[in-house]
Amino acid sequence: MIRNSFLVLITAGMAWILLDAVSGYQSREYLNDLSGYYATSGPEETGAANLVTAVVVTYRGLDTLGEVTILFLTATIIGFMLRTSKRREGSVRRATSEVLVTASNVLIPVIFLIGVYIFLNGHLTPGGGFQGGAVLASAMILWIMSQSGTKVSHSLLEITEAISGFGFVFLGLLGIILAGGFLDNTFLSLGTFGKLISAGAIPVIYSLIGLKVGAELSNIILVMNETQEAEQ
Amino acid sequence: MNLPGIEYLSLGLGIVLFLAGLWGIIHQKNIIKIIISFSVLDTSIHLILVSIGYMRNRTAPIIDSAVSKTDAASQVVDPLPQALVLTAIVIGVGITALMLTYALKLFNEKGTLEIDKFKSLKW
Repeated sequence: MIRNSFLVLITAGMAWILLDAVSGYQSREYLNDLSGYYATSGPEETGAANLVTAVVVTYRGLDTLGEVTILFLTATIIGFMLRTSKRREGSVRRATSEVLVTASNVLIPVIFLIGVYIFLNGHLTPGGGFQGGAVLASAMILWIMSQSGTKVSHSLLEITEAISGFGFVFLGLLGIILAGGFLDNTFLSLGTFGKLISAGAIPVIYSLIGLKVGAELSNIILVMNETQEAEQ
Repeated sequence: MNLPGIEYLSLGLGIVLFLAGLWGIIHQKNIIKIIISFSVLDTSIHLILVSIGYMRNRTAPIIDSAVSKTDAASQVVDPLPQALVLTAIVIGVGITALMLTYALKLFNEKGTLEIDKFKSLKW
């Protein structure tokens, strides 16, 4: 009882802090200086129609590199912690239903295509590398679910991830040598504004991020699935 | 788009979800439920951040036929919170996967997920 009232007190205190913080909230009328700069100069400087992409890949590209690193670390730790369990031989698995197998054979190529479309058009439409990568990983989940017997090659995923991660950093370093700074995208031609091949290196970098995120999330799912199989 | 008060709806929902997640984290005994509460809290922070970046009578920060390139600063909402939320979502996915892995390891070790049964680190 005492414990519960203590918890209620903590929650109420947090509610008071939050309400106090937002009580004077008003929808703003104009952008602040930094966002205004991104909105005004972003299209000119980066050539990206999607301002969020311009911020994520170019202006705050270093943050994105850190973010990809955190995802990589997570995938590595999960692989390290879970893969030690041995796969038990002769475990009987129920056969996958025919509906799932047939449907996934039709759907997986389409889902893959949508994922690639999303990250290739990251500089023009809503979406980008992370979203496209997540879509690719969802195709992978469907594939693992429908093809229960087949083994998926870990090394293929790891090579994809390594190459795209290396390419991301390499393009960032090219930005230092050929343009203004780390992850500066202007060393490739900015092209026609609003076309697929435009915005310098942004589509290339975002495609690499998409491949990397897709490979990492697929790897996490794969390792979790194999652990589950080993424990049955 | 002219929906009056949608930013208040999103902000209020964010605060309610934040408190629900906090309550779940400190009150629940089952580790899986604590992880779910953490995800709820995570989502609430995204909602609050996006509603802070929202501005009335403006559109998404993408330059197309609806937004002119030269006058973008007076037509689009703040792109910065959206970029931060994009980062936060990805980190949230990673953290959740990591927590679930630890929960699996703990379950393999002790055969239970009740947090009261784990006394090794209590003093």
